[in-house]
Amino acid sequence: MILEAFSFIFDSAKDVAPIVFFLFLFQLFVLRERIPNFNQILVGFVFVVVGLGLFLVGLEQTLFPLGRLMAQQLTDPAFLEDVNGHVGAALVWQDFYWVYLFAAATGFATTLAEPALKAVSLKANVVSGGAIDVWGLRVAVAIGAGFGVALGCFRIVTGLPLHYFIAAGYFVVIVQTTMAPKMIIPLAYDSGGVTTSTVTVPLVAALGLGLAEAIPGRSPLLDGFGLVAFTCLFPIISVLAYGQLAVLRVKASKAAQEKTELREEQDHAF
Amino acid sequence: MKDSLIALSKDALSSLRDLAPIVIVIAIFQIFVIQEPVHGFLSLIFGALLVVAGLAFFIFGLRIALFPIGEEIAHSLARKGSAFWLFTFAFVLGFGTTIAEPALLAVAEEAAKVAVGAGSIENTESAIANYALGLRLVVALSVGAALLLGVLRILKNWPLPLMIIGGYILVVVITTIAPQEIVGIAYDSGGVTTSTVTVPLVTALGVGLASSLKGRNPMTDGFGLIAFASLTPILFVLVYGIITQWI
Repeated sequence: MILEAFSFIFDSAKDVAPIVFFLFLFQLFVLRERIPNFNQILVGFVFVVVGLGLFLVGLEQTLFPLGRLMAQQLTDPAFLEDVNGHVGAALVWQDFYWVYLFAAATGFATTLAEPALKAVSLKANVVSGGAIDVWGLRVAVAIGAGFGVALGCFRIVTGLPLHYFIAAGYFVVIVQTTMAPKMIIPLAYDSGGVTTSTVTVPLVAALGLGLAEAIPGRSPLLDGFGLVAFTCLFPIISVLAYGQLAVLRVKASKAAQEKTELREEQDHAF
Repeated sequence: MKDSLIALSKDALSSLRDLAPIVIVIAIFQIFVIQEPVHGFLSLIFGALLVVAGLAFFIFGLRIALFPIGEEIAHSLARKGSAFWLFTFAFVLGFGTTIAEPALLAVAEEAAKVAVGAGSIENTESAIANYALGLRLVVALSVGAALLLGVLRILKNWPLPLMIIGGYILVVVITTIAPQEIVGIAYDSGGVTTSTVTVPLVTALGVGLASSLKGRNPMTDGFGLIAFASLTPILFVLVYGIITQWI
């Protein structure tokens, strides 16, 4: 495993090096400015590369095989017959309840471990002056992702057209955008793309593929796609809702405060 | 040095919390639903520890390198005041990080298989390689264009919701005329383009730019670049599907 760790670190160095090179080149030769804290930044990039390498080798060695195996087992005809008593064409969409549950749980849990989401949440927390809570935002995104993956599995099972769901989802986004606080909107739109990187995509893709193989009349090549799109869409809705809830909470506490102030004034009057 | 160690161990603790839900989910399903013994329990624990350490290192490095350099470049660009170099930087950053993205490589190969199955392209090695390369170029171009457009939006103060929602309405309209087999791939390509290293960098760029321009709020104007980068690949790939169908 140690040898593999080195090869993963090497791979991540190969991915990161061109970006770092480009950034340094641009800063030094186009902008003609020096790089502040050069040593610190170099050390930081070493941490990024080593961290990403260790992260990926750990996932590749443990969670991914286990997750893929479980996705296979849950969509296995033998397992489905075991739980439902029938198999093949007799299966209806309700028979896949374990798959939906697993999809929701996996979508939720993997999103919380997504490094890119953590990065954006940390930034949003600083930029908003603490108004946006790092953990709260990530949980909101994770709820959206979990719901999205589960609904995406439902779509694969039923075979309904992808763009119906996407169009309906964006309709909800439009309605929410008109009501949500302005400061949360750009962050909410971003959270869709942020959710789907290193951890979530491989597991979710494995689930979609297994599901499309297990259901008669679905092609893994055609129907296996589309799950990532769902995982991108629903976090937008859940983060907008998170913003709306925060506003409601502030309003409620303000109303309560005004009430007590009013009462105090009345007390003074007497 | 001491401060860094404290920061690093804090990151390690919070990484432990980040990973806990995955472990719980897998444990519950394994024990109660699948009910089969797991092989190699010790190596599982070791692997999970690697994930925790990796995440902690990554976040630590992010704080001291990725975020500062991203913002520093955004500030330098704003100081220089050259729109040309700003757009060049945004485009190259988007194009360059996407064309080499491993997740995109995998999706492009899968997509070529789908295209062969649907009869859009011939089943020869060169046709498949061409199609996959074409798709990667199109997606990389779309991300470059997305960052360029996003930066332009920050400069011009255009309304983000109008642009994004308008874009998705366009997506739904184009979907109705695009070949069936490209739709799933197109919709997914929006999600796979934004990698773990690119996202923090792009976020830092947007926030840095918005905070160094007068009259812009980093919260409402700085975010939104990633949203463009998840939208334009869908549009471009749908159009790519329509065009390859004709030739």
